[in-house]
Amino acid sequence: MLTRRRQRCQLKVIQKTSDVTKPIIEFEHVEYLISTSSSRPILSDVSFRVYPGETIALLGRSGCGKTTLLKLINGLRRASSGIVRVREQDVCAWDLIQLRRSIGYVIQEVGLFPHLTVCENVCLVPSLQNWPADRMSSRYGEVLQSVGLSPSVYSHRYPRELSGGQRQRVGVARALAADPEILLMDEPFGALDPVTRAELQREFLGLSRKMSKAIVLVTHDVREALLLSTRIVLLEAGRIVASATPSEFVRLEHPIAREFLAAAELATGAQV
Amino acid sequence: MNAWQFLITHRAEVLAATREHLTLVAASMAIAAAIAVPLGLAIVSRPRLRAIALAFASTLQTIPSLALFGFLIPLPFLGGIGAHTAIMALVLYALLPILRNTYVGLTSIDPAILEAAEGMGMTEQQILFRVRLPLASSFIMAGIRTATVITIGVATIAASVGAGGLGTFIFRGVAMVSDAVILAGAIPAALFALLADFLLGLVEHRLRVA
Repeated sequence: MLTRRRQRCQLKVIQKTSDVTKPIIEFEHVEYLISTSSSRPILSDVSFRVYPGETIALLGRSGCGKTTLLKLINGLRRASSGIVRVREQDVCAWDLIQLRRSIGYVIQEVGLFPHLTVCENVCLVPSLQNWPADRMSSRYGEVLQSVGLSPSVYSHRYPRELSGGQRQRVGVARALAADPEILLMDEPFGALDPVTRAELQREFLGLSRKMSKAIVLVTHDVREALLLSTRIVLLEAGRIVASATPSEFVRLEHPIAREFLAAAELATGAQV
Repeated sequence: MNAWQFLITHRAEVLAATREHLTLVAASMAIAAAIAVPLGLAIVSRPRLRAIALAFASTLQTIPSLALFGFLIPLPFLGGIGAHTAIMALVLYALLPILRNTYVGLTSIDPAILEAAEGMGMTEQQILFRVRLPLASSFIMAGIRTATVITIGVATIAASVGAGGLGTFIFRGVAMVSDAVILAGAIPAALFALLADFLLGLVEHRLRVA
């Protein structure tokens, strides 16, 4: 009873803050250190905002802190200093369980539960929130169709019976199941073969434009960032060095941005 | 007289001893699993308790079985002569394989799965019971299987504390210097162990995922 009332309260909060003019995620001078004694912080002086409807690509090399930054949003990591706000409330002040259930999360390794069927995997967060069965099954049908899979065909399959691309689709469907306003994706297409990756990227682009969610996407692939995002945030050694729309990004003079672009062009050159 | 003839002529006695043996093993395994599996769940997130519990169970394993039965006889309430002393000793032996397998099963889960579970907003309890435990079930079963096979063997020594079972023939045969009588206890015990191993192996296989 009490939890239901709380959920209703939170629904109201969500509706109130869905205002496009207000940032849904906000970083203010965030620093993250593994331990106080370590010489170099993982993240330092990170400030940026994400508005509803935006797709932000966090672009950077391995070890630049982009995954840590993503985990600060759903409270899997806690900032050493500075403030991370989600829906205008400090992450530290959120009930982390409730916060995480309201944020979709997709990781590279997918992390589907091997002992659960596709349907059970997708409906996990709704079931944690005690959705009624009919609402859950209709939602399952919706999200599976939105990622291009037939709901009835896959319903009773286990993750081991799926291809890599299908697993990743199910992973995205699972993240979307409870209709979160925020979607966090950590190199979601990184482990796929190039053809499947391109296919999923194209589909995801269509999907993300339709959904008008705030999406934060971690990637080391500049082409993925240019294709999928509305804004690219470039990270280097724990700092934001540039923030630009894809069309601005290709004209950036910043040496690290140039490096990324040059490497990608090299790759395209090699393919031709 | 060979073992076969002995088995035929004493079949009622052998059957009764087999039943006693089965009861000893089944009771010990039920109690051991009821202790070791919850303990395994409890030590996942408690490193100090884990160290103590695993060290305790390992130490028990190092005590020679005949000596353990001997130690238990003089204990008030717990010890004495009879099946309950034997069951207690067998439970102590069975703890380690079940505890260790439960712990290993619960902690050897793909980190990506646990990260996804946490990131999706499952509570620690939900992760333990809805993710870790189902994924560890085949490991736990493997521990119970190992423990059962060991217990069937060790239970033959239970005859030394008057608990009956197939060990009765082995001790009698040793005293009589009769291979036939020893084998009348040893062969059914070995068959029992093989059968238990096979059946529990089937269960273990069914519980395996991915």
